[in-house]
Amino acid sequence: MNQPFPITSLETKAVDVDIRNVDLSYGANHVLKGINLHIRPGEFFAFLGPSGCGKTTLLRLIAGFNEADGGEVLVGGRDVAHLPPWKRDVGMVFQSYALWPHMTVKRNVAFGLEERKVPKAEIDRRVAAALELVGLAHLADRRPSQLSGGQQQRVAVARTIAIEPKVLLLDEPLSNLDAKMRVQVRRELRDLQQRLGLTTIFVTHDQEEANTICDRIAVMNDGIVQQVGTPMELYEKPANLFVANFLGTANILPGRVIRVGGERFFDIDGGVRLPIPTHVIVPDEAKLVFRPQHASLGRGGTGDVLLPGTVVHSEFLGSTLRYGVKIGAAEVSIDTPFHSGEALRQPGSAVEIGLSLRSALWLAA
Amino acid sequence: MAGATTAGRARASSTSSGNFKRLLASPGQIALAFGIALFLLLFLVVPVGTVIYVAFTEKGTGEFTLVNFLDFARTDLFIRSFWNSVYVSAMSVVVASVFALPLAYITTRFEFRGAMLIQTLGFLPLIMPPFVGAVAMLLLFGRNGSVNLLLDDWLGIKIPFMEGLNGVIFVQAVHYFPFILINLSAALRNIDRAMEEAAQNLGSSGFRLFRRIVFPLAMPGYIAGASLVFVKVFDDLATPLLLNVKDMLAPQAYLRVTSIGIADPMGYVISVVLICMSILAMWISARAMRGKDYATVQRGGGGLAKRRMRPWESAVAYGAVLLILFLVLAPHLGLLLLSFATVWSFSPLPDAYTLAHYGRVFGESFVYVKNTMIYASIAGLIDVVLGTAIAYLVLRTKLIGREWLDWAATAALAIPGVVLGIGYLRTFYGVQLPDGTPLAALWIMIVLALAIRRLPYALRACYAALQQISVSLEEAAENLGATKLRTIRRIVLPLMGGGILAGFVTSFATAAVELSATLMLVQSNSDAPLAYGLYVFMQSPAGRGPGAALGVIAVLLVAVCTFASHLIIERSQKAKAVGR
Ligand SMILES: Nc1ncnc2c1ncn2[C@@H]1O[C@H](COP(=O)(O)OP(=O)(O)OP(=O)(O)O)[C@@H](O)[C@H]1O
Ligand SMILES: [Mg+2]
Repeated sequence: MNQPFPITSLETKAVDVDIRNVDLSYGANHVLKGINLHIRPGEFFAFLGPSGCGKTTLLRLIAGFNEADGGEVLVGGRDVAHLPPWKRDVGMVFQSYALWPHMTVKRNVAFGLEERKVPKAEIDRRVAAALELVGLAHLADRRPSQLSGGQQQRVAVARTIAIEPKVLLLDEPLSNLDAKMRVQVRRELRDLQQRLGLTTIFVTHDQEEANTICDRIAVMNDGIVQQVGTPMELYEKPANLFVANFLGTANILPGRVIRVGGERFFDIDGGVRLPIPTHVIVPDEAKLVFRPQHASLGRGGTGDVLLPGTVVHSEFLGSTLRYGVKIGAAEVSIDTPFHSGEALRQPGSAVEIGLSLRSALWLAA
Repeated sequence: MAGATTAGRARASSTSSGNFKRLLASPGQIALAFGIALFLLLFLVVPVGTVIYVAFTEKGTGEFTLVNFLDFARTDLFIRSFWNSVYVSAMSVVVASVFALPLAYITTRFEFRGAMLIQTLGFLPLIMPPFVGAVAMLLLFGRNGSVNLLLDDWLGIKIPFMEGLNGVIFVQAVHYFPFILINLSAALRNIDRAMEEAAQNLGSSGFRLFRRIVFPLAMPGYIAGASLVFVKVFDDLATPLLLNVKDMLAPQAYLRVTSIGIADPMGYVISVVLICMSILAMWISARAMRGKDYATVQRGGGGLAKRRMRPWESAVAYGAVLLILFLVLAPHLGLLLLSFATVWSFSPLPDAYTLAHYGRVFGESFVYVKNTMIYASIAGLIDVVLGTAIAYLVLRTKLIGREWLDWAATAALAIPGVVLGIGYLRTFYGVQLPDGTPLAALWIMIVLALAIRRLPYALRACYAALQQISVSLEEAAENLGATKLRTIRRIVLPLMGGGILAGFVTSFATAAVELSATLMLVQSNSDAPLAYGLYVFMQSPAGRGPGAALGVIAVLLVAVCTFASHLIIERSQKAKAVGR
């Protein structure tokens, strides 16, 4: 699997995908609401969002299986709106793989090339190369029903990349695999994509999957792109509460911004007051957001502010201890490293929480 | 070591006593199984066995011989009949496919107004005996039928739709194409749309997409329907006889036994050939389908993507659908016209119209209708009782050998009607009642033959119905104190209701128009069923009018019963859905 791949011409062909103001409704159900995205050449890009938010719909729109009500989709600068699916050169790997049961693996992979009237010898060469690439050359004469889920998935990928598409679309390609296979196959996918340099869009509702293999992610909810960025940007600087909550655990403290003299304070509901650092921009209606590891029991760092709280419950997670702590009216989670021999704090005990304001955010309510 | 041995022995003895106990658990179940086995033995195995036995023994001495088969192979007429039957069956499959393919594809693949109506109309030909349609088809498509008269007028040509074997092929294709339509439509609906989209995504479209992906995936459904058509046409007796085509196998078997006599071995040899061909066709279709059970609908699937048609596509599609519907419904239209016609020959339409035929039918021929109602009802009843019992024994008990009942009942599929008829004659003619009437002359024999012929279909319906009921529903009833018998009565039977009714209706509707088996067994006009009466009427030109009126009544009868049961099933299902 690690030898260099013979198809090298792809790298130079990588194209971008531009989605402009796309709107789509199924009857009265407005599924995509003014989507704008730019996916760069050779990028591994993810659509991430909860079930029903419109990820598949958007992907199928790019492949030509849906028609937008408004807006345009450009692949390599060319508007594809009026091209039927079979003229788009946009390879899609289906969630169910959609391998044809009446054809062998080899015939499945050869299909797209045959449809393109590629000469026979060339087909044989490219089928062999594609199967080699996914490490399934030895299974070429099997039927799809004789393969494991992971192998089927790789055949589906081979079948798609054999036509050397301009863009590769993957609709939850890992969801039919067990947890262990999922980790392995996603690495292979990433590896493959890197070697081919192929612009790839990956649909998932699993944030870990998106974080581990994608260059950038578009977080979607309710037919709207909430934020686009690298996994780290999204985690560290979520644009709104939805993104903060969807990617990892977030503590959210509701409250109000107060001005006393020239200074701003944040009054957490329930009676705790924090100073707001001068350079931070805070909307008037705001919530304080921080990750469990950005606070500590007792003062952690020099810049920390201290908040009084009460332990509600505690969990031992192995390398860390997670405490549920009540601050004012709200409850937050706080992770502290576990040192051997350390005793858990009992529920009811009063603690001081050190919060690093540099890592905290105020997001519009 | 010793402990292990003891444990092993203990386990062995406990399993064997477990089997023993289960086998003897319910004397009622065992009695039931024996009863069914006896019935199948008497009315299926023994008659068919007798036919095979006679075919392989020397006339008079009863010694084993192959001479009869050599005679068969040496007789030109039989060999010609054999190939004619093969040719007609194969061509019927081809022509039926030509009707069924476009209808199935258009209604499942496109957003097509009236798709439901077409699928429903597609069933219609099945509820009329093919030989009844044959007469109407002669009037419409025969040498001097309406269509050829018009063609002659306009273009000066005639098309030999109904000449010789063509006529049989045309009539059979029109009659049996729904088998292909139904199976193929179901298969097309079960294809995951991702299968098609994946092909489009890789650059395939239009007819190539259909040929390379859609049709191969629907193949198992097509083969199932096509093999059924082949077998049915091969076995059909009345259509060729009515069209005066005698050199086919089933008519030859019938003619041998009825004209030369019940002792002549040739009828039996032909019967064995018919059975072999049935089994062969089923075996081929089973082989062709092995490993091809593509249940491709996966989650998020939902059948072929339905596409809206462009205007010109729409026009072509509607044109094709209307033409096919006209062809396949022509027998019904023709029959209706004929039943009201005073004289209809050498003209595109009847000369004048009358109600006299209906008057005559309601007067003197009503006995046929009455007989049919009685026979078909009893046959249907026997079938659902046996079907439910066999399904219960197979699915809910551990009785040893219970699958044999299932296999034996299903084996009736491979037995052509004419063979069963000959078997009954031969087996039960020698058995006499105290007053000297042979058993074979009793009308109940007709009913039993019908019941055996239709049992496989009713059994499948009951089997499917029982399979869908979760065992835990029965266990809950037993847990609350209901005995096995009361559980069956209060839980199982009510839940199976729809399936049982569906089984009854299939048996009833098809038994009502069946002729192959009964033609041999009818002894007097007063015992004859509708199909027989039709057959007699249709043989003389003067009888055609009343025959057509009788045919219309038969079609209405079956249609009304089928529709009513459909309503009942739907309502009971709705009630159950609310209760759930
Ligand atoms: N063919 C259709 N007709 C009508 N509504 C549809 C159709 N397909 C999808 N929808 C609706 O559009 C919305 C978005 O569906 P979509 O399949 O794009 O979601 P998704 O983000 O892919 O979800 P999942 O993670 O569950 O796959 C859903 O509310 C769904 O019910
Ligand atoms: Mg989806």
